[in-house]
Amino acid sequence: MDLDFTPVWHGWPELLHGALVTVEVTSASLLLGCVLGLLIGVARLEPRRRIIYGAATGYVTFIRGTPLLVQLFLLFFGLPQFNILLPAFLCGVLGLGIYSGAYVSEIVRGAIQSIDRGQMEAARSLGMSYGQAMRIIILPQAVVRMIPPLGNEFIALIKNSALVSLLTITDLMHEGQKIISVSYRSLEVYLAVALVYLVLTSFVGFVLRRAETRLRAGGVVQ
Amino acid sequence: MTAAAGPIVEARGIAKSFGANRVLNDVSFAVEPSQVVVVIGPSGSGKSTLLRCCNALEVPESGSLTICGTELVRDGRVIPDRELNTLRMQVGMVFQSFNLFPHLRVLDNVAVGPRTLRKMPRGEAEAMARDLLGKVGLSEKADVYPATLSGGQKQRVAIARALAMQPRVMLFDEPTSALDPELVGEVLQVMKALAGEGMTMLVVTHEMGFAREVADVVMVMDGGGIIESGPPEQVFSAPRNSRTRSFLQAVISTA
Repeated sequence: MDLDFTPVWHGWPELLHGALVTVEVTSASLLLGCVLGLLIGVARLEPRRRIIYGAATGYVTFIRGTPLLVQLFLLFFGLPQFNILLPAFLCGVLGLGIYSGAYVSEIVRGAIQSIDRGQMEAARSLGMSYGQAMRIIILPQAVVRMIPPLGNEFIALIKNSALVSLLTITDLMHEGQKIISVSYRSLEVYLAVALVYLVLTSFVGFVLRRAETRLRAGGVVQ
Repeated sequence: MTAAAGPIVEARGIAKSFGANRVLNDVSFAVEPSQVVVVIGPSGSGKSTLLRCCNALEVPESGSLTICGTELVRDGRVIPDRELNTLRMQVGMVFQSFNLFPHLRVLDNVAVGPRTLRKMPRGEAEAMARDLLGKVGLSEKADVYPATLSGGQKQRVAIARALAMQPRVMLFDEPTSALDPELVGEVLQVMKALAGEGMTMLVVTHEMGFAREVADVVMVMDGGGIIESGPPEQVFSAPRNSRTRSFLQAVISTA
């Protein structure tokens, strides 16, 4: 077997730069995903508010039922037909953010529904409106329960973000492919790329476990 | 406040079903100012549902319910949310399972109502909360989280939380049923003191001693209706209804 890792050594600065772009795209997407997920998750709490519930459910169904790559291409290659030309980076963040928003909304909904019904009753009995009870009583408790699954979502998003390399974004995957295109060393470079992804996801996983342990020690999470 | 004379709580012919199960059947009663009305009866008789109707946690589908001079529900229609919230500020509610806010310190559990709903400045609300915690004998617990309290302490905080809104009537939904026997007394003591101050109270309970000692009126419920109502001496010593007699016998023989 003939393995030659010199292209990887020489390409190290590019790979690191790509990793940085990956972290940027993923973080921005997760932020967008959290905002969207909170709105959509709350909208899906109450089936009796038909229009809001229906719209939110439609969004979740579409996003979860279609490939992320198709969604990204719709934004990047589809929108220009309406003369909407978004920068590649923005397309990537929008696409990944909208995608993760659907999953985050389920995390949000699950966390809110896991809060004992008595909490809402006690808040409303004091005279709080639904919105006040949500904001002051329910959400602060629910957010704590969202942290572990949100971390998993972050890890999944890091991996899924490799797809944005197809939108000309120079992320980790894209930088790897550029090195391969001049060195023809696919196995070595993809192994190196995989390793960097593994480092990123392991780091997030580590931080997450620490956070969980502390929350548990504080008695906030059972 | 415009509602001067007249009852604090007045129910006229209210009925409530959960699916095919009729829980309340044409119930009428009134609670006058400063009265303590205690509701007793076997489980499943509709006591808790009746109480929860009084602040619209449950909505009766027929009949009318007037609280503090405002008609809260008529024939299944509740007043608009804004008015409902204002009315609920005048009605304190204490739950069987306490429902304290676990993410807030004890002090903030009590202060959060006046702060958000009466727009009371932080200092003033906290001073008031400390006063109320003193009243229920928990001054030293102001800065801890509810998780560290015993059941009896939690329920006393819950009473202080309700009182912080300066309600005109207090509703108690089996306040001691979730407590270990040795913790029941401390909660009942707080409730007695409250009754002594002239607070209007509607209490669902299994504590017959409390009913006998503190109630002005005892209402006995069975099968979704009030089968007997009167001063405790009469209900306990000379019950008119045969079902009241058998209920009291069952309760007293197990006590």
